[in-house]
Amino acid sequence: MVKKILSYCYIYLILLFIYLPVFYLIIYSFTAADTLGMWSGFDLKLYADLFTNKETMIALGNTLILAVVASLVSTVIGTLGAIGLFYMKKGLRSFFENVNQIPVVNAEIVIAMSLTVMFVFVGQKIFGGANLFSFWTLLIGHCALAIPFVYLNVKPKLTQMDPALYEAALDLGSTPTKAIHQVIIPQIVPGIFSGLLLSFTLSLDDFIVTAFTRGSGLLSGHSQIETLSTLVQTKIKKGSLPPEMRALTTIIFLVVLTIVVIYSLKVNHDAKKAKSSLAGAHAKKRSSFSKEAR
Amino acid sequence: MSMKSNDIQEQSFQPKEILLEGIEVVKDEKESKKRVRGIHRPKTNSKALLKSLSLPFALFLILFVLFPILFIVFYAFTDANGFFTFNAFISFFTNTVKLNVLLISVLIGVLNTVLCLLITFPLAYLLANPKINKNYMLVMLFIMPMWINFVLRTGALRDLLTIILSAFGTTTGEHPLFCTMVGMVINYIPFTILPLYSTMLKLDKSQIEAARDLGCNPVKTFTKSIIPQAMPGIVSASMMVFMPTISSYVISDTLSEGKIMLFGNSIYLSFSQSDWNGGSFMSLIMLIIIFIVMFATRKFENAGSERGVSAW
Repeated sequence: MVKKILSYCYIYLILLFIYLPVFYLIIYSFTAADTLGMWSGFDLKLYADLFTNKETMIALGNTLILAVVASLVSTVIGTLGAIGLFYMKKGLRSFFENVNQIPVVNAEIVIAMSLTVMFVFVGQKIFGGANLFSFWTLLIGHCALAIPFVYLNVKPKLTQMDPALYEAALDLGSTPTKAIHQVIIPQIVPGIFSGLLLSFTLSLDDFIVTAFTRGSGLLSGHSQIETLSTLVQTKIKKGSLPPEMRALTTIIFLVVLTIVVIYSLKVNHDAKKAKSSLAGAHAKKRSSFSKEAR
Repeated sequence: MSMKSNDIQEQSFQPKEILLEGIEVVKDEKESKKRVRGIHRPKTNSKALLKSLSLPFALFLILFVLFPILFIVFYAFTDANGFFTFNAFISFFTNTVKLNVLLISVLIGVLNTVLCLLITFPLAYLLANPKINKNYMLVMLFIMPMWINFVLRTGALRDLLTIILSAFGTTTGEHPLFCTMVGMVINYIPFTILPLYSTMLKLDKSQIEAARDLGCNPVKTFTKSIIPQAMPGIVSASMMVFMPTISSYVISDTLSEGKIMLFGNSIYLSFSQSDWNGGSFMSLIMLIIIFIVMFATRKFENAGSERGVSAW
């Protein structure tokens, strides 16, 4: 019993430790004081400030647009790539799988630096000194981060699938595009979905690749694209976190928490269901055995 | 029983015969092979279509993964005018400041890996124990910080540390190492939890019990049974921490108030100064370190699994 209490203490202590900064911001998001740690009574002013702060709203909009576009593009390219490689000869497949592994193990800053150097070179030598950095280079950077992970999420679902299914669909008179759409894709949907989710979160959280490969565009217009990460970084480089960021932290925390709670309730539910269905299967087996014995 | 199985066989044969009638049974073997090939021809065409789906993927990997690495190698051994030179090489290995940065990065990387493992190893063990935790939500809560923007979290931590340290009469700038390590550990705990937790779920409880029954004291049980079994998780968790720590930029830059330079900061600095040759050379060094570590841990992982086999 003592052991159990001690282990709970340990678990919740670590949990408190990693959430302490976030909780601190959340508490002080409900007061209007500019300096953190000062309580000037309950107030929702910071939330109003957040939604009227143009700079932050632009950065937030950029971040979301970029994350949506990058994750969709990555998911399409990665999924199609996984399907195509699955039906390819072994030599070529293992070559591309090895290349795919490079960004997975590579440091983000090396990915960012290598892309930047290439864009600089191509801009200077091929486009005659043009500045290539724009939304498109940024998109390429984020896709380079995400596509390998989409591939890695989709591939196991393909190997679980019966490779003859596609040919069976053709034999039964389906056109190739229809066979891909109606036979292969439904088999790998869970992998595609987790790949999409992962690439979305990778894009949302990224700082280094964004800082290196961005140019002007999106909601920032003619100035450099600011995402949430780059904006917050320039702010905290100068001083403490701007007060309205506390309100933003609270909102992000609540959104993520809701998703996590729903997801884990589903996992817990599925685990219970699997257990009960397993028990059900056992019961069926037992009854069939007893029938045979009779 | 045998009657039944015969019935089934007969039934299952019927459709085949119908199928064969449909395409005319050919007795000559060669001719039948030709026919079969004839039937298959559209399929090979459609496989070409399937393969062509991976064209964008293959192109992307070549253009934006392979080519950039070639450019890094090219820039690392050329000067600003594009002529071949060892300048970046020489200036890196004769510059004690840069070498110190590399050394400090590796040391901080090791320290961070050890701290994260020390904290999360017992944590993962407890979370995977069904007597203590049955709820998946608790595990998710440990991973959840990953989805809150990490620059925001780092800024929050810096402000919090400033307040805490000011109570003791100092500032974050006076304790750069302490603040950086707190930030590193907080940031990388979520990354270590997942690989450790999933290997802890697979721990062979009967082996641990057997070790105890055969007279191992708790320490020996831990070192001879639990650690070898959890080795793959430990290795992948270390990989998740060590490499990103060396190449991290935001955490060390913010929390040490720019006083601790890690390898990542160094590369970032050359980027902001548009020093493409120096930056490329350091990226190349980073890349080489990554491949060495990958190679070493791959061997290590194999050794771990072999040890697991020999334990059987």
